[in-house]
Amino acid sequence: MSTFPRGPEDIPPMRPHGPLVIDIDGVTKRYQMGSEEILALRGVSLKIFRNEYLAIMGPSGSGKSTLMNMLGCLDTPTAGKYEFNRKNVAAMEDDELAAIRNKEIGFVFQTFNLLPRSDALHNVELPLIYAGLPLDERRQRAEHALAQVGLANRMHHRPNELSGGQRQRVAIARALVNDPSIILADEPTGNLDSRTGEEIMALFETLYEQGHTIIVVTHEADIAEHARRIVRLRDGLIESDGPSGLLRG
Amino acid sequence: MNRLLFEFVESWRIAYAQLRANRTRSFLTALGVIIGIVAVTLMGTAIGGINTGFENSLSILGDDILYISKSPWIRDGDDIAYRNRPAIRAIYADRLNAIIEGMPNSQLRLAVPAGNSFRKIKRGDSEVDRVFILGTTDGYSEISTVEFREGRFFTGEESRGGRNVVMLGFDVANALFPDESPLDKTVRIVGQEWRVIGVFARQGSFLGIFSFDNQAVLPLAAFQKYFKGKSRDEAEIRVRIKDKEKLAAARDELTGHMRRLRGLLPDEADNFAINANEAFKSTLGPIQAGIAIAGLFITSLSLFVGAIGIMNITFVSVKERTKEIGTRKALGARRRTILMQFLIEAVSICVLGGIAGIAVSWLLFTAVGSAFPSFPISFSMNLVMIGLFISALTGIVSGFAPAYTASKLDPVTALRYE
Repeated sequence: MSTFPRGPEDIPPMRPHGPLVIDIDGVTKRYQMGSEEILALRGVSLKIFRNEYLAIMGPSGSGKSTLMNMLGCLDTPTAGKYEFNRKNVAAMEDDELAAIRNKEIGFVFQTFNLLPRSDALHNVELPLIYAGLPLDERRQRAEHALAQVGLANRMHHRPNELSGGQRQRVAIARALVNDPSIILADEPTGNLDSRTGEEIMALFETLYEQGHTIIVVTHEADIAEHARRIVRLRDGLIESDGPSGLLRG
Repeated sequence: MNRLLFEFVESWRIAYAQLRANRTRSFLTALGVIIGIVAVTLMGTAIGGINTGFENSLSILGDDILYISKSPWIRDGDDIAYRNRPAIRAIYADRLNAIIEGMPNSQLRLAVPAGNSFRKIKRGDSEVDRVFILGTTDGYSEISTVEFREGRFFTGEESRGGRNVVMLGFDVANALFPDESPLDKTVRIVGQEWRVIGVFARQGSFLGIFSFDNQAVLPLAAFQKYFKGKSRDEAEIRVRIKDKEKLAAARDELTGHMRRLRGLLPDEADNFAINANEAFKSTLGPIQAGIAIAGLFITSLSLFVGAIGIMNITFVSVKERTKEIGTRKALGARRRTILMQFLIEAVSICVLGGIAGIAVSWLLFTAVGSAFPSFPISFSMNLVMIGLFISALTGIVSGFAPAYTASKLDPVTALRYE
């Protein structure tokens, strides 16, 4: 099992890491599935720093999705420590979690999850509405985010007027627009052909170069290889946590 | 604060988009509310119409007039005892007026006798049956609110002399003189000829039972001379009081005077009744309230059915958009945001239904109003406000349960929903 630096002091010098964003220690998650009790996470510890590019891998049933929901503050651990930007997420109420998701996390989903009856611009504005920003500032920031993903000329198209790749770009713009601490992508290329998938991964690469923190959850090894660090899960435990092939050279 | 406002605007935007996207469904759902609002506003107006008609009737009786008769208007059983009381005599009016004149502090203004009978009035070949004939004095013009279409009241001289002059009610005049003015023409009552000197303006009816337009008024002296069958001197005495706010004091004073005129000893009970229109108010008030409550209850059942429709469709909408709710929650929508979104969706259907319902009611009122001009219904701004309020309330009440369900959805489960 490979070992990966656990603190800022022993991070390899090839990329300057920022402060600690996510600090998970000994987290477990227990589900009731019918009459059966499932222990989806059995004690997971993970530290993620600003401007990391991380892939979480694992077969289905490994606890990958549960960990992702936890990282995305959609769910709270049964036991263990979870701090997000030094704030104790494990003890938060629903609405506090909603505020963290709104400001600190940009979600990118496999199925894009755009509002079908709204145009690209309004879809990107949505997190800003929940953040309480005034209309003109929302417009300005949403337009900027769409330009960032190369859709400046598609702002008033609805999802059904866009290709799959364009839809995922709208979703990425939506994830970026509130300037979150992490971008959390769940199988972002799962519904795309491989060429379009490569374009999306190239976009993530650009965002990483610009200083964003990116976490990609995937079961595809070649997608995971775009990241700089790969965390593998099996049976609710971290099996391995180390640099990707890209870093190993 | 701003955030709440933006979320609110966003909620209306979503609601609008939803209504547009599901036009047929929204319309059918709103139909329940439309029918409910039409039923409730129609019933509300009908009740208002009944009350207005009732008030109009009472105002013809006059709220500053006391009526002295043998029995009270609202009787509590023993009619024979009332009937066996000594007659109220027309002469009491003169005696009462004498007492009033001698008392500067009296609460009473003027007493006027009024004998009555139902008779046929003829003119040539045409006739009107069962006309209410009122025999009174010239003082009647001072206690009555009646207005003239044409002509005049009889003079003191005509009154005292018992001349054969008559004033006709609106309907009687129209029936006997359809194409000409009745003034100075003659009609026949109880075999006598009477000269028409006045015609009253339209007054309407009392509770739809007794029409004030189907009457004729003539001098009491002539009435006593020609109308047989009743004790000649028997009459009802109408007393106008000075201040309608002091009705009770006036009634007490009048009771005292009447006991003196009747020669009653202190331990003897009154053998006369003093009536005022408030007697009807206190009796009919509870009946009115009963009609109103029962009517509104029954019609609000239809609104209730509409509300169930709204609740049902909002539940469907929540179910259909579970994944969207999950996405919104992932993007930072809080519970209250989701709650508001679905509440406003329900409210907007209800308010649209309410507006349509009010429009339909307005059309119905206009149609009824032009078909039956005398029907006392009115379409008021109040009705619009109440209609909108009720429909918005319906939306909130029926939308709350589904909206609350949506707000409580677990984002992980909702996102996974297909």
